[in-house]
Amino acid sequence: MNDSPTETPPPRDAFERARRGRNIALALGLVAFAILVFLVTVVRLGANVLDRPL
Amino acid sequence: MSAMTSLVTTVQPARWQDYVQLLKPRVMSLVVFTGATGLVCAGTPVHPLLGAVAVLCIAVGAGASGALNMWYDADIDAQMRRTRGRPVPAGRVQGSEALALGVTLSMLSVMFMGVALNWLAAGLLAFTIFFYAVVYTMWLKRSTAQNIVIGGLAGALPPVIGWAAAAGEAPANAWLLCAIIFMWTPPHFWALSLYTSEDYEKAGVPMMPVVAGAASTRRQILIYSLLFTPICLVPAFTGLGGAPYLAVAASGAAVFLVLAFRVWRSHAGESADPRLDGRLYDVRAGAKDARNLFAFSILYLTLLFATLLAEKLLGVASFMDLTAGAFG
Repeated sequence: MNDSPTETPPPRDAFERARRGRNIALALGLVAFAILVFLVTVVRLGANVLDRPL
Repeated sequence: MSAMTSLVTTVQPARWQDYVQLLKPRVMSLVVFTGATGLVCAGTPVHPLLGAVAVLCIAVGAGASGALNMWYDADIDAQMRRTRGRPVPAGRVQGSEALALGVTLSMLSVMFMGVALNWLAAGLLAFTIFFYAVVYTMWLKRSTAQNIVIGGLAGALPPVIGWAAAAGEAPANAWLLCAIIFMWTPPHFWALSLYTSEDYEKAGVPMMPVVAGAASTRRQILIYSLLFTPICLVPAFTGLGGAPYLAVAASGAAVFLVLAFRVWRSHAGESADPRLDGRLYDVRAGAKDARNLFAFSILYLTLLFATLLAEKLLGVASFMDLTAGAFG
């Protein structure tokens, strides 16, 4: 058996805290990306949509 | 039971900060700075949001390269003091996760650059990621002492990407900025490796001091410095830099050459420093000259690009326009 303190599994709440942090970071990243794509679309296409031949 | 215990201990909770660390944020900040300088120096009006997106894509592309590098080099990183705390060798993040993050962000950054700006910039960004992750990391780094000379191209390309993003082309002046960083890389990294060569030797990475010895490395630092410093003056004569740039470039070049000469005359890298453990930038007195050159090289490159950036933002006339006005 190994008695090194590093071999003790981390507590469950540490896992859950870390997972929650990762999930929130990923959600914020995805929302920011979606907003960015929307804004770039408005900037790139906005004027062209108004100027298109009818 | 023992096997089970060790299996459990390899699973550590990965925090979101570990994934950020995979992107090498310090390298990203340098790339953002040089990429933004290229974007501004192009002199083409760009919508502020699209300019920010271009810089973001360059940063994310550089981060993706970093993640791919950390996936592939985990074995080397685990053996070096400077890198053994990284998320993959430390066991906080699986190698496959670093690979997935690197591939995903590479594709996202290149596609977004192409859609939002133009496909020349996107192509250059894709080439930069490929060059760093495949040519440098997978091939050159482990096979030749010229690894950082050739591999330095990946770190030198961001200003060209920024320029191309703004202007849709990559003229000679953009490649001049690339050449400055490319020629800066060898003296910069070799000065560092003179006092960290023990680490590279242990990991089997053929850095110049390990393969050719300290004396040869110091000589090559001087040779590359003699080639690098004149290139820094060239932007003043191609319509890119103004009088302030010429003053900064010339005075900095003189200091750079003096420091490189001192490194050549020193005994830096002759023996490993036992006190280095965990303190990358602390060196013994004998390697002080190498540390000085390493530190000044960062300052000099920053000053060159900051001056160009400031001149363009403040509308300072180029040195060539000034002389044409004076004599024309």
